[in-house]
Amino acid sequence: MPPRLRLTRRDALIGGLTAAGGMLLTGCATDLPPTYGHLLRMGDNLTYVAHRALLPGQALAREYSRGDISSFPAIGTTNPADTALPTHHPEFAPVYAELRRGDFADFRLDIAGSVARPGTYSLSDLKRMPARTQITRHVCEEGWSAVAEWTGVPLGHVLQAAGILPTARYVTFQTFDRFGDNIDLLDAFHPQTLLAYGMNGRDLPVPHGGPLRVRVETQIGYKSVKYVRRLLVHDAFDDLGANGPIRNGWSWYAGI
Amino acid sequence: MQVPTRHARWVRATHGAAALSVVVLACSGGVILMAHPRLYWGEVGNDLTPALLELPISRNHRHDGWTTPTSIAPGDTASAGAPVSASRTFEIFNQNGWGRSLHFLAGWVLFATGLLYLTLGAVSGHLRRALLPRRDEVTRRQVAREIGDHLRLRIRAATGGPDYGLLQKSAYACIVFVALPLTAITGLTMSPAVTAAAPFLLTLFGGLQSARTIHFALWALLLLFTFGHITMVVLSGFRRQVRAMTVGE
Repeated sequence: MPPRLRLTRRDALIGGLTAAGGMLLTGCATDLPPTYGHLLRMGDNLTYVAHRALLPGQALAREYSRGDISSFPAIGTTNPADTALPTHHPEFAPVYAELRRGDFADFRLDIAGSVARPGTYSLSDLKRMPARTQITRHVCEEGWSAVAEWTGVPLGHVLQAAGILPTARYVTFQTFDRFGDNIDLLDAFHPQTLLAYGMNGRDLPVPHGGPLRVRVETQIGYKSVKYVRRLLVHDAFDDLGANGPIRNGWSWYAGI
Repeated sequence: MQVPTRHARWVRATHGAAALSVVVLACSGGVILMAHPRLYWGEVGNDLTPALLELPISRNHRHDGWTTPTSIAPGDTASAGAPVSASRTFEIFNQNGWGRSLHFLAGWVLFATGLLYLTLGAVSGHLRRALLPRRDEVTRRQVAREIGDHLRLRIRAATGGPDYGLLQKSAYACIVFVALPLTAITGLTMSPAVTAAAPFLLTLFGGLQSARTIHFALWALLLLFTFGHITMVVLSGFRRQVRAMTVGE
């Protein structure tokens, strides 16, 4: 058979799409969240890569006025000390109960991993850091939304205070309940990403994640992890096993 | 220019991919709506605020699994209508883990298909020839006759090609140029990453919950179109039409 010399339309299409896909995949992220061969997780990664390639990562989410503050349901874990809840952590539920009895005076945020100065911070240490207050909209994956005012210290400031190392790529939030999650450094250093200790001008209520929760305003609500007890800075992606979203069938990236 | 008598291969291929992804989007969208079957207007809407529409489509419909609401109003003013919070004690139906990811995957397929269709359609002249009504078609007499024929179910026999009638063209053009793009844009208005980059989308639709409600209304419109479309395929000769749009005979 003589060699085929003409480029058919089909060849052009397949070649073009493959090249475009290749550029999209190699262009931005060197290590993507694992898919474990799951088609849906590949789609999640496509959304993640597309958002990172096409959207300005540091654009601020819309902020509202005090008059826009709305009613706000508390869902998921609403009290990590309640051992009747299936979401409680057997080891940390009693620890949380004890801390709550002392009005969280003995609460310490632990920072470890790829940082030059691992250490612990009390709530008053965090409150002495530069604070940011923002009135933003929380969007739950379920479909509802609510507006609240959050006060906290920008996560990027805490990471820099701890001396985050140049090899760092992800920040994991370990919690007092069974959930944990992580975000990439673009979101971690977003100006509106907070470790929040205040809501609507008061201490963060327990049902909403008190004493300390994360606010990630460019992603869906479940990335704004509640009841944070420890920050772990990673050089490589960690799916957090049974505590993380991926192994439970959820997208790790939730910007959509 | 003459309208071809057969559907081009790329028209049949993109029609197939679009039909498949629309079915997947409709089903996964239904699953997502079941997790929170309440619709609102504006930026904010949740179980503690009034709904525009409550759909009885899952066990989450009007469930009472909430603790007594307490005030979370900034300051000490606990006036009527002030913001409250309550904790959920009811285990809701929620299959959004796969529902959302499948919805977005099908969305990507439809987006790529739509882009390919519009590009090839513009380049080949298909959009102009087959979808946009000709000037001489849009006369009062012609429009009245087309509507009258449809009302009396006097439907043209299948031709197996893209020489569409006036109402048929208008319906396709509305779906391709208005309904599907608007569905995609209202969908993206629900993305916090997208609206951080493009906050005008929130202004355009009057808020996230308005966009969600419009997204739902467009889904209902697309469903209506699909029923009409399939009915017309049946009335004009099912076998002939399906063969024409698949194998191309």
